[in-house]
Amino acid sequence: MAENTIKIRAKKVDGITHVKTLIKHEMISTIHSKTSSPHFIQEVNCEHNGDTVFKANWGSSISRNPYLSFKFEGGNSGDSITINWIDNTGDTDSLTTTIG
Amino acid sequence: MSIKRRIILKGTLVGGAAVTSGLLNPRFAFAAWPENTFNKTNLNDAMDSLGVTDLSITNDITINAPDLAEHGALVPVSITSSIPGIDKISILVDKNPQPLVATFELSNKCRGYVSTRIKMKSESNIIAVVQAGGRYYSNRKVVNVAIGGCDE
Repeated sequence: MAENTIKIRAKKVDGITHVKTLIKHEMISTIHSKTSSPHFIQEVNCEHNGDTVFKANWGSSISRNPYLSFKFEGGNSGDSITINWIDNTGDTDSLTTTIG
Repeated sequence: MSIKRRIILKGTLVGGAAVTSGLLNPRFAFAAWPENTFNKTNLNDAMDSLGVTDLSITNDITINAPDLAEHGALVPVSITSSIPGIDKISILVDKNPQPLVATFELSNKCRGYVSTRIKMKSESNIIAVVQAGGRYYSNRKVVNVAIGGCDE
């Protein structure tokens, strides 16, 4: 399991929680990768207090070290936000933070 | 084997069973990674595979991306829409070897917004497809690419 690959910033402004995340991953393309085999994150799950609020399905044409941002209603300061990802080799990582 | 080890072992087995039987799955029925949609090599096949029918072109989807991307390996893209009840937002790049870049599944708490960074092989349309209430809406934006970015 990968470690320390996720950074999250979750902030509530005017009733809307804005989640921004950066993930450290090489994201090697399926096609045209000359030197290595494909290696890319396929799924990113975003949970608010344990319930999935947002899910990303990615192909290999998401840029290296992916950035992802979304907005949702109903979050409160101190609520938990968990991001976890899984790549095409089965590697995963997960991080939980709180809404600021 | 000590009793303590047995208890730990038993706990592991029960936990494993709960995961495989789906008891610990999140409440929303989010789909598994759609390999057969991502591996399509032209835009029409990818659209068909997404289940797109009767696509309505609308200006109520805003694609925020640079007119000229210096390097196709890193093109920032934001999609914003106020269409009510959005279930999915997909991003496609028609000239990429595999046009589907990403599909985002939104719960009913989400605002119609997503932002990420994508790779583009060459000058191309970025196409956003929004699925809401069983209908499909789309908009597109041309992005010029100085250096192609699909070799990474």
